[in-house]
Amino acid sequence: MLNNYVPILIFMAVALIMGVAMVVIGRVLGPHRPDTEKNSPYECGFEAFEDSRMKFDVRYYLVAILFIIFDLEIAFLFPWAVALSEVGMLGFVAMMLFLGILVVGFIYEWKKGALEWE
Amino acid sequence: MTAAMPNFLPVAPEIFVFSMACVILLVDLFLSDARRGVTYLLTQLTLIGAAVLTVKGMSAAAVMTFNGMFVGDALANVLKLAIYGVTFFGFAYSRDYLRERGMYRGEYFVLGLFGVVGMMVMASASHFLTLYLGLELLSLCVYAMVALQRDSGQSTEAAMKYFVLGAMASGLLLYGMSMLYGMTGSLEISAVRKAIEGLSADNVILVFGLVFVVVGIAFKLGAVPFHMWVPDVYHGAPTAVTVYLGTAPKLAAFALVMRLLVGGLEGLAVSWQSMLIILAILSMAAGNVIAIAQDNIKRMLAYSSISHMGFFLLGIVSVSQNGYSSALFYVVVYAVMSLGAFGMVILLSRAGFEAERLDDFKGLNQRSPWHAFLMLLVMISMAGVPPTFGFYAKLLVIQSVINAGMIWLAIVAVLLAVIGAFYYLRVIKLMYFDDADDKAPLGGPADVRVLMGINALALVLLIPWVGVLMEVCRAAIRALAVA
Repeated sequence: MLNNYVPILIFMAVALIMGVAMVVIGRVLGPHRPDTEKNSPYECGFEAFEDSRMKFDVRYYLVAILFIIFDLEIAFLFPWAVALSEVGMLGFVAMMLFLGILVVGFIYEWKKGALEWE
Repeated sequence: MTAAMPNFLPVAPEIFVFSMACVILLVDLFLSDARRGVTYLLTQLTLIGAAVLTVKGMSAAAVMTFNGMFVGDALANVLKLAIYGVTFFGFAYSRDYLRERGMYRGEYFVLGLFGVVGMMVMASASHFLTLYLGLELLSLCVYAMVALQRDSGQSTEAAMKYFVLGAMASGLLLYGMSMLYGMTGSLEISAVRKAIEGLSADNVILVFGLVFVVVGIAFKLGAVPFHMWVPDVYHGAPTAVTVYLGTAPKLAAFALVMRLLVGGLEGLAVSWQSMLIILAILSMAAGNVIAIAQDNIKRMLAYSSISHMGFFLLGIVSVSQNGYSSALFYVVVYAVMSLGAFGMVILLSRAGFEAERLDDFKGLNQRSPWHAFLMLLVMISMAGVPPTFGFYAKLLVIQSVINAGMIWLAIVAVLLAVIGAFYYLRVIKLMYFDDADDKAPLGGPADVRVLMGINALALVLLIPWVGVLMEVCRAAIRALAVA
């Protein structure tokens, strides 16, 4: 039974070797002459303008979360659409119910103003 | 391949509550604040309708549907009816509290109803995935409800803690389930049961999975040493939410224990029995002793809930039909008592005033003898003084422990219950023998007063029917054994 997983094991081993090899070869063969300028942080060639830990507007999160819901919906729709001829009426109705529930959520967020930026 | 249409009849109450929750969500969007009562009424009607559907759908034999993922049996029906009942009362108690604090929004009721659906699914689960699905639906709703008062630092902190620890507990539970799946090759609870019969009980991977499952359950129950979230969440959440999460989810957690440990893993009882004994003793000891040191009533009741969870685990520990049914009885009685206690805390709160300290109960007898009397009933029932339901619940659990031959455990339980009696009696002393700081008579709308009266008096007046209720619990547990 575990034989089925052998390709995955090989894949992981290759990935590990590749990753380690690249870092190690670069470190061993590459020239290594650090100075203060090279080690200091920079932003596109300039000195850093501000702290990189800054506050994000909470609305970004809201939009991202709302996006994920409907993004996942699409992820469900693709396999369903491909297999529609096989899942038949039951599959069709089940997906319509699923979409219906999402529409309820969509109406809710719309009416609550979650989609307004200002 | 075309899938066959599943039998929807056993799921009718779930479908009804879920559809109604969606409808209420939409209706509430178009209501002005002044007409929010419509949301409340619809919510309560939904619970009544669900109860009617559940009673109508009862059948003597267990009905499986959705390819063995969902079962409608007596245990599920009893738990569901109890869940509707305590939620109905909880919503009624909360209404005015929410209105006075600007939280009288549809979200509280809609999340509450979705949580009820989650609990119903848990009660009826016959598959690890359904069980997990119900648990997550309940948990996600409760996380959001705890954070309902989002400007309050305490609430958000409680919600955050609850969310992080709850997510971890779910993860542990899932990990345990995956281990069990690895060994038994099935997620269906009855198939897992059969597969375990063919394996040795000290199979390392099985026991490994079992440990994770027990830890996950203990987290959800709030049993020591996995109880850290309980006091903070009970305290930090608005009392209207505490009354919800301190009652019905305990019934759902009972379903979790029964379906997983008894329904699926009874073959491993030798292993989980000793784990549960440790959890039970620690919970009773820590819960009862730490509760004494609390001066906040919500925290005190949280520790009391921890100790009660320990007590109810004793019924499971005896690994017998009698033990399970007394545990079911205990948990239902606890839900009713807890409902009464938190209901009284809500009743004492007014706009701009949270009755949180024990001292707020001072001289309640002078302010309202009737309410002091009701609180007295709830408290002596929690302490387990006859003639109340709390006494019978404790008696039955201890009887089952003694029948299982663990007399030492029964003695420990009784001793710890006696320690616990102290802080319940202290509330009574405050109400009757101390002078009130605030002499204002107690208000509260008429319907809440009536419900509160029913709630507390039920703990005493239903005593003649204790045999009937116990028989209902026995029948529910028998149904599980047959399935």
